[in-house]
Amino acid sequence: MAKYQQGIAGIWEDEHQMIAAARATREAGYKKFNAISPFPLHGIDEAMGIPRSFIPWVTFVMGLVGCGFGIWFTWWTSTYDWPVIVGGKPMWSMQAFIPIIFELTILFGALSSVAALIFICGLPKINPPTIDPDLTSHKFALFIPSTEVGYDIEKIKKIFNKFDVGEIKETEF
Amino acid sequence: MIKREPLVFGNKTYKDVTDDICELVERFPGQKFLIAFFGVKMLFLFYAFILGCIVTVGMGLMGVNHPVAWGTDIITFVFWIGIGHAGTLISAILFLFRQKWRTSIARTAEAMTVFAVMTAGLFPIFHLGRPWLGHWFLPLPNQRGPLWVNFRSPLLWDVFAVSTYAIVSIVFWYIGMIPDLATLRDRAKNKWRKRFYGIFSLGWRGTARSWNHYEMVYMLLAGLSTPLVLSVHSIVSFDFAVAQLPGWHTTIFPPYFVAGAIFSGFGMVVTLMCTVRALVPKFKDYVTINHMEAMNKIIMMTAMMVGYAYASEFFIAWYGGNPYEQYVFSNRAFGPYGWSYWIMITCNVLIPQIFWLKAVRRSIPLMFIISIFVNIGMWFERYVIVVTSLHRDYLPANWGMFHLTFFDFGAIFGSFGMFLFLFLIYIRVLPAISMAEIKPVLFSGKEKGHH
Repeated sequence: MAKYQQGIAGIWEDEHQMIAAARATREAGYKKFNAISPFPLHGIDEAMGIPRSFIPWVTFVMGLVGCGFGIWFTWWTSTYDWPVIVGGKPMWSMQAFIPIIFELTILFGALSSVAALIFICGLPKINPPTIDPDLTSHKFALFIPSTEVGYDIEKIKKIFNKFDVGEIKETEF
Repeated sequence: MIKREPLVFGNKTYKDVTDDICELVERFPGQKFLIAFFGVKMLFLFYAFILGCIVTVGMGLMGVNHPVAWGTDIITFVFWIGIGHAGTLISAILFLFRQKWRTSIARTAEAMTVFAVMTAGLFPIFHLGRPWLGHWFLPLPNQRGPLWVNFRSPLLWDVFAVSTYAIVSIVFWYIGMIPDLATLRDRAKNKWRKRFYGIFSLGWRGTARSWNHYEMVYMLLAGLSTPLVLSVHSIVSFDFAVAQLPGWHTTIFPPYFVAGAIFSGFGMVVTLMCTVRALVPKFKDYVTINHMEAMNKIIMMTAMMVGYAYASEFFIAWYGGNPYEQYVFSNRAFGPYGWSYWIMITCNVLIPQIFWLKAVRRSIPLMFIISIFVNIGMWFERYVIVVTSLHRDYLPANWGMFHLTFFDFGAIFGSFGMFLFLFLIYIRVLPAISMAEIKPVLFSGKEKGHH
């Protein structure tokens, strides 16, 4: 995932114009472009056609794994490996083990979701190229890589200019 | 139409938000901060000295005896864990309820949680008597059999609950900070600052697909943290509720403890926020008087829940007819530790009632004082629970008294040194307000209809 691409970027100060430009870019046939913003934008996922994240499935499956591990571990240690009579409670003390099983479910679910996020975003990136340092502060950008099908600089510049773009530059991202 | 108040005062632009919040991290600390930091550092060193004495000389330095075998260590442990819960409530639960006003306080509240859990976590280790054997808590394969821990004990459920809570809180806090650390990285002029924030921001660049996954994980963590915080303090309450002592063995404990935790935690958040607003005047535009008023309303609500719990405990003790239970409760109010009971009632139930008055809810000096009383009252609530039930239980031959020693006081006050030390470092090194969460709600409440 560390391959960076050459391409063209448009930088906006108004996020609504950038979102509209993103929609127009997708309608012009481009599929692999990127939108960069300092905070999540309302409406950008629909404009770009980004589907809902699949990470909840990771959380669910790993939560079940955590639950299963908790059940297996408490059962194995208490009924099989070294059963000890504590206060007359049965060997498989399900009620007593529930807090532990619950906590392990949450722990596995949370840690796996975060690991999935870090992996799927291609993090950590070491010294990645940034188009503009203000993109993590108050500016918004669209970047279209030159490897895109139908990459035409004049056509892209026309689309950007229709939406009041601030600056256009050819750069790496 | 009811007019919505703006969440951020001062007609800020996105760039203003970045500048205001990053500036605190980017400039060298001034005299006020250095004096506060020096004082806190001295308190922390004193705490380290106290803990060193307790480890080398032994638990005899503290006031635990027979019959009060659990003393200030467990009281202060439950106190700090309780404080941590408000942070998770603000970060996670208010997020799920779509309360946009949480955005400016969420990160500092979450930091408070992380540091409170760290502070709390030392107490179970140091009250062991042989803290170097603290690793025996963990269910790891070993050469003592292999001997497993007692999974049926609430003290062990605590190990799982508090560890999970610590890990998930730190992770939630850190993930929330990644975009803001990227902002600091991109603004950094100094090579080492750029490297430091670059490493911790993991190379985040804010692409729409990344934000899509990020927002999903944030919501998942909020959704997981909510049952987690409710379960952690319920499990801590089981330390008492699973025992057979009168005054302890009641099913009201889990919801009572959780409400009390939220109560004390918001008290601490209000204390910290009043201080931060006073020391960093720019933050008054972000943590506005409306935010402070909302927090005071939550303090009042949980104060009344806690008051209801006290009343229902008393009522059930009388109604249930159990003579031991009845004695414990009349002893709490009128026995030798009655002074602590009435401090608890005054601080937790009576004093927060002043918040019915809007002028008091919106007065910073008054809310600061009341929040301090809330914290005092909540420490005393745990004191009342632990000491009054232990010092006179079933058998009069077993009755005794409990007195705090210098080292008990040292551990209680010294723990504030550790907490504030971590907090002050955090304020200067990490962005105290979440820029990436404030910017999307910057224009809510403005007439323009910008959404």
